[in-house]
Amino acid sequence: MSQTPLSRNTSPEYTVPPIKEPNKLFKFLNSKKVVPYIFVSPFIISFLIFSLYPAIQAIIMSFQSILPGQIEFIGMRNYSRVFNPTFYKALSNTSIYVVLTVVILVIFPIILAVLLDSKIVKFKTFFRASLFMPALASTIVSGMVFRLMFGETDTATANQILGWMGIAPVDWRFNAWSGMFLMVLLCSWKWMGVNILYFLAALQNVPKELYEAADIDGASSLKKFIYVTLPFLKPVTIFVGTISVIAGFRMFEESFVFWEAGSPGNIGLTVVGYLYQQGIQQNDMGFGAAIGVVLMLIIFIVSFIQLILTGAFKKEGQ
Amino acid sequence: MNKKQLKPVKWIVNIAFVIISFIALFPILNLILSSFRPASEIMRNGISLVFDPSSLSLNNYKFIFTEATTYWGWYGNSLIIAIVTIVLSLFFSAMVGYALALYDFKGRNLVFMFVLFILMVPFEILMLPLFQMMIKMQLVNTYTAVILPAIVAPIAVFFFRQYALGLPKELMDSARMDGASEYGIYFKIMLPLMAPSLAAMAILQGLGAWNNFLWPLIVLRSNSMFTLPLGLATMLTPYGNNYDVLITGSLMTIVPIIILFIFFQRYFVSGLTVGGVKG
Repeated sequence: MSQTPLSRNTSPEYTVPPIKEPNKLFKFLNSKKVVPYIFVSPFIISFLIFSLYPAIQAIIMSFQSILPGQIEFIGMRNYSRVFNPTFYKALSNTSIYVVLTVVILVIFPIILAVLLDSKIVKFKTFFRASLFMPALASTIVSGMVFRLMFGETDTATANQILGWMGIAPVDWRFNAWSGMFLMVLLCSWKWMGVNILYFLAALQNVPKELYEAADIDGASSLKKFIYVTLPFLKPVTIFVGTISVIAGFRMFEESFVFWEAGSPGNIGLTVVGYLYQQGIQQNDMGFGAAIGVVLMLIIFIVSFIQLILTGAFKKEGQ
Repeated sequence: MNKKQLKPVKWIVNIAFVIISFIALFPILNLILSSFRPASEIMRNGISLVFDPSSLSLNNYKFIFTEATTYWGWYGNSLIIAIVTIVLSLFFSAMVGYALALYDFKGRNLVFMFVLFILMVPFEILMLPLFQMMIKMQLVNTYTAVILPAIVAPIAVFFFRQYALGLPKELMDSARMDGASEYGIYFKIMLPLMAPSLAAMAILQGLGAWNNFLWPLIVLRSNSMFTLPLGLATMLTPYGNNYDVLITGSLMTIVPIIILFIFFQRYFVSGLTVGGVKG
């Protein structure tokens, strides 16, 4: 017997079932007051479990000595241990890396974006796409290629080029300066195109009339760049600068791909690398957590100073 | 500057761009070229610019497709983790972003503050407690351990909220008058309208999950569970001579990303810029 519901209802001998009372539970779940809470609840639950709880736990752990099966409260001892020569080395490496990458990844993308936005450059789409390509490969994959190109042998790409110019080959991964150079180069290479995109998007917002007005006043290209373009790029510059600083302090992979666990004389050790080494490899989680808390404080302070200096807290017109 | 003066400038700038583009593409082109060269030579010399063209062959590809079973295991792990992460994080983040943008409810600002909180606290500080949690839940060395913390995608929530703010609220009201349920309105009417933002975030989240390194490095323990970046990194030892897998394998990790990118390029750019410009 396969009757369609329609023929059931219209057939006279079929008794129509009473219309069901609207389900109270469904009515409750469908009310405009409850629905938003249902929509955000998975997020809230995962936020509490996977973000807020670990954040609090990290601070608690940083005051503990954690060994399997025995956890002991040891006060500030982890923190007094953090400030040691190895940490200072990691911090200075990271700081140099942050300064270099931020300077490079703000200045060059602005210049390149302005040029890409102008009428001077042809084949814009091609240039934009090719500059963006490096962002697609993971740091591990691109780092592996860099490692092979900057190999120690005379025949590896970089040394080969130096050789043609009559310069002696370099042990890239074994000098402090060249180690830093490799990390900065890898980062700059990977993110240049992304930052260019940010600036290109911001350039679309600059009103064309301003340039026309400047033209009438007889402003040079450089003056137009300084007085018209740059002020409009300020918000996105602050944004790019802030995320570059934070990403720089969190750097780990660039160092890992060149030296894995340890670099000679810690030339490639970063703060997160030190956290990983102590917290995971040495299984000293309390100490690792303390490094993490110090790192977070550093990031907060630096971002805060940066935001004040760049005037992000100032109101319009001040 | 008049036109005559501009001409040499044009030339210089364009040539500079050709050079810069070449530098940007050089490592990738070098990787492609190297994938046809004997692994033994790469091990001895690194990637060198001068080589014997007659040594080019498909041997590395033959090897990786026939013998490198571990590599394809990593590939499978990465694909599973990336796909599940994309689906779950988009599903939950879009709901949150939509609710934050289009519903008035008590605690809305608090939820938005939660989002900003995760954006500000570096993952590295949460890492050790999360690792402890995974040990207690006996999830170490499972896909679940890699995926769970990624279900919260604050950047995606932020992005979806920005996007949903621009959707017409009147549509919701008229659908309500027609008797649609709130869930019907979301899944049948509003979510399809958010499709471009979903595409953008699918790529950003996918790229993040596919290339993620530190967290999988901590929670994945056995070689057979490794993701691609992890597996490839383990081959980078001073004694390693697996350059056939390393080179061709690295190249092939980029393939899914390129495919994703080609399909959604338009959205990818908007996905990158919305936070920076509108933010």
